Amino acid sequence: MATTTASGAATGPGGPKLNHIGLPVIEYRGGKSTLCAGCGHNAISERIIDAMFEMGVEPERVMKMSGIGCSSKSPAYFMNRSFSFNSVHGRMPSVTTGAVLANHKMMALGVSGDGDTASIGMGQFVHLMRRNLPMIYIIEDNGVYGLTKGQFSATADIGSKLKTGVINELPPIDTCAMAIQLGATFVGRSFSGDKKQLLAMLKAAISHQGTVMLDVISPCVTFNDHEGSTKSYKFLQENDEPINEIGFVASFDDIEVDYDSGEVYDVEMHDGSQLRLRKLLEDYDPTDKANAVRTLMEAQDKNEVLTGVFYIDTQKPTFIDQLNMVDQPLGTLPESLTRPPKSALESLMTNLQ
Amino acid sequence: MATGHLALGQEQGESSAKQRIVNDFSIIVATVNGSGSQSANSVLLKSIFGMGVPVSGKNLFPSNIAGLPTWYTIRASKDGYVARKREIDVLVALNPETAREDMMSVQHGGAAIYEEYLNLSSYRDDVVCYPVPFDKLTQALCPEAKLRKLVRNMVYVGVVSQLLGIDLGVVEAGLRKQFSKKPKVFELNFGAVETGFEYAKVNFTKQDPYFIERMDQTKGKIIIDGNAACGMGAVFAGVTVVAWYPITPSTSLVEATTDLLKKFRVTPEGKATFAVVQAEDELAAIGMVLGAGWAGARAMTSTSGPGISLMGEFAGLGYYAEIPGVIFDVQRSGPSTGMPTRTQQSDLLSTAFLSHGDTKHVILLPGSVKECFELAYAAFDLAERLQTPVFVLSDLDLGMNNWMSEPFAYPDKPLDRGKVLTAEDLKKAGSFARYRDVDGDAIGWRTLPGTLHPKAAYFTRGSGHDDAAGYTERPEEYQKVMDRLARKFENARKLVPAPVVTKNGTSKIGFIAYGSTDFALRESLDQIEKEHGVSVDYMRIRAYPFAHEIHDFVASHERVYVVEQNRDGQLASLLKLDLPGEQVAKLRSILRYNGLPADARTITEEFATKEGL
Repeated sequence: MATTTASGAATGPGGPKLNHIGLPVIEYRGGKSTLCAGCGHNAISERIIDAMFEMGVEPERVMKMSGIGCSSKSPAYFMNRSFSFNSVHGRMPSVTTGAVLANHKMMALGVSGDGDTASIGMGQFVHLMRRNLPMIYIIEDNGVYGLTKGQFSATADIGSKLKTGVINELPPIDTCAMAIQLGATFVGRSFSGDKKQLLAMLKAAISHQGTVMLDVISPCVTFNDHEGSTKSYKFLQENDEPINEIGFVASFDDIEVDYDSGEVYDVEMHDGSQLRLRKLLEDYDPTDKANAVRTLMEAQDKNEVLTGVFYIDTQKPTFIDQLNMVDQPLGTLPESLTRPPKSALESLMTNLQ
Repeated sequence: MATGHLALGQEQGESSAKQRIVNDFSIIVATVNGSGSQSANSVLLKSIFGMGVPVSGKNLFPSNIAGLPTWYTIRASKDGYVARKREIDVLVALNPETAREDMMSVQHGGAAIYEEYLNLSSYRDDVVCYPVPFDKLTQALCPEAKLRKLVRNMVYVGVVSQLLGIDLGVVEAGLRKQFSKKPKVFELNFGAVETGFEYAKVNFTKQDPYFIERMDQTKGKIIIDGNAACGMGAVFAGVTVVAWYPITPSTSLVEATTDLLKKFRVTPEGKATFAVVQAEDELAAIGMVLGAGWAGARAMTSTSGPGISLMGEFAGLGYYAEIPGVIFDVQRSGPSTGMPTRTQQSDLLSTAFLSHGDTKHVILLPGSVKECFELAYAAFDLAERLQTPVFVLSDLDLGMNNWMSEPFAYPDKPLDRGKVLTAEDLKKAGSFARYRDVDGDAIGWRTLPGTLHPKAAYFTRGSGHDDAAGYTERPEEYQKVMDRLARKFENARKLVPAPVVTKNGTSKIGFIAYGSTDFALRESLDQIEKEHGVSVDYMRIRAYPFAHEIHDFVASHERVYVVEQNRDGQLASLLKLDLPGEQVAKLRSILRYNGLPADARTITEEFATKEGL
């Protein structure tokens, strides 16, 4: 096995492929998954590993955050060298906010589920989006509660059927439309089975500064993968409608990007990487907020599952920008900067006399 | 009118004229909220303070923006008693709606200053009456209608100052300090004070027995409310992340903290060494605190009872995953919404065991504004030392009212950031297990996110875990962590602030109290000694888990009265859980829970009844 250090070191000849900080992919792996074989969540974990490896992210600079549920267990199955916090149901946003305030140099990757986000966690979710906190928020969305054996969640589509024959009659919450409306600055939807699209989307997410909200449809093989489900592998394979094809060129990759065709939307990311969105839906502009929301709502009416990057804004200040904090993380500031001097207390005391 | 209307019977008048009551009485000012009476009340309080007389003030206000009855009580006490006095000696009646009721509450032989047209003399003939045409005087003073109601309050300050004998110069100095940056506002206000002063001088002959005379008992002392003192403690503890949700009566704690952070914690480049976030609710507030504490920041939130209830689940996560954080709870009257603007000490039990499962929390219990400051910064050290949420339980009376105090002393020790491993430590050690008791103090070592070592990371979770932070459902591994947590809590008895024994002689009778009850109880103990000839011992508790001295105190007395401000005897209950079985029967409760701060007289009376004195 390759020996590495955090700062990156080479292996001997014939060793495994190393990324640009000198780490092999094994340094991005996690524990053995205890989720069901074939669970979409495992595929998402794999793509996270690939994306972090390919982007050369230092594992110690990543905080893996989650709530409660099958999805929220998954941070144990990737990136063992990263710091991890499996919190309480629906409250990952607030814990992540606190952690990022304490150390804004860290990359926060939050993993949530459709129940964790769209039901119990809705209050915190919407306020997180509103703040544009720099983080990647992934919903591993299967439309059901797995650990409690298959109740509908709030993202289940109208008419979707449980194994028991129960039909969902309430409309789904479109977390992407909400996130766009509320202020997230990178919003997309993908499918755990679409390796290429999901990987490109994750790599672009790593390059973004601000809230990235990715709704990844991730079929539950045990409770929601049957005929009549709208979150099954089969349904997605037949109904997945990408609005754009995602090309991503990292800043450190020495590849020329041409900016020509009117069919392509090029976005320069915060870290200098290039995101290239080839339009599949006619004239789709991913910087037009109102159009993005309208497109999603129309698709929902037509029972279409749109995927791709729906919205991106690389200019909006993040929550950290707004707080105007010192560059050094608050969590490690020395006492000389955090405890005011004796003279400060003395002047306060004099004023109170 | 040439003289103050004297409604007092001649006989009584003569006797009370002979008797002078100096620096020992209470004043109540009845107004409506939103009328700006607060600044006038504060000027009067500070003027008595400026005369060198020990003084305390209490705001009894409604849960409302404007227009409902509000009372402010001021107590001058040459002996330094600062608790609420049950009896009302001097009334300032400015609210027509409650005027009759207010008048009826004045004690026999007391005095009443009131808006002339209220004609309150018709209700009592045993109270000295000073009717003042406040409206007319104010109209002449202040042509601008919107300022008039503010100025009106200052007129009463002038009247009271003249009648009680407060130097106008002292009032002037206080006002000048209050409006140091607004000379015009000062002039308008002081003009109003002078008008009231002159009116009283010309129109009234002093008939009541109450006088303020100069003393030197306030020299070097400060006046501050408990919430501001807690905020100050947090800032001098180096707090960096504050997440909160507005709630009465704790809001001013965060506001004070924020003001001080802006004042002292901005670098020369204009960058903040802190973050204050108004969260979407209390759940998010404590979630942010735990996230920040986990990532190394000194983080706090401040709330009251309803917020504590909402924080339950997270409190359990903080306890079990061992994450530092400080939670201030400025207690108000419960249950449920209760009386948001009235005081109580009724969150002790719910906070001690906040959350499901076997959860116990460290709680600090400040009993003065000085302790609000000291225990606030102690809370941050303890939270990081013990790697657990620490609660500071204050209450509305302590938190929102002004108290006299010795100036606060600068912390004499550097911050205790607890057991944190650095990358260098890990290089030497090779690896670590987050929840392993390697030092025998039941506290593991932690790493902070961003520590650049391949073995630095661990998995923080509220689910069952072993001592290496791995997920477990194995009985012995789960229990090992639970047992260590119990040992850690046991060890905390020695780390938390020790109880304060103000008297411990040979008495068979002991008293136990905590927090703001101390003000009334100390006075009551003097009354008990003076009036009943009974000398008792007294221990004030300052933290949970209870220090061993508390067991010794109970063991060395035949009967122990636990005085607290809730219906169910929550402190007594917590003590009963902690004490050896044979000691439990010694405890008896004296309880106040009507929303008003405890007063000495009521405690003394209940004790006398219980003891058959």
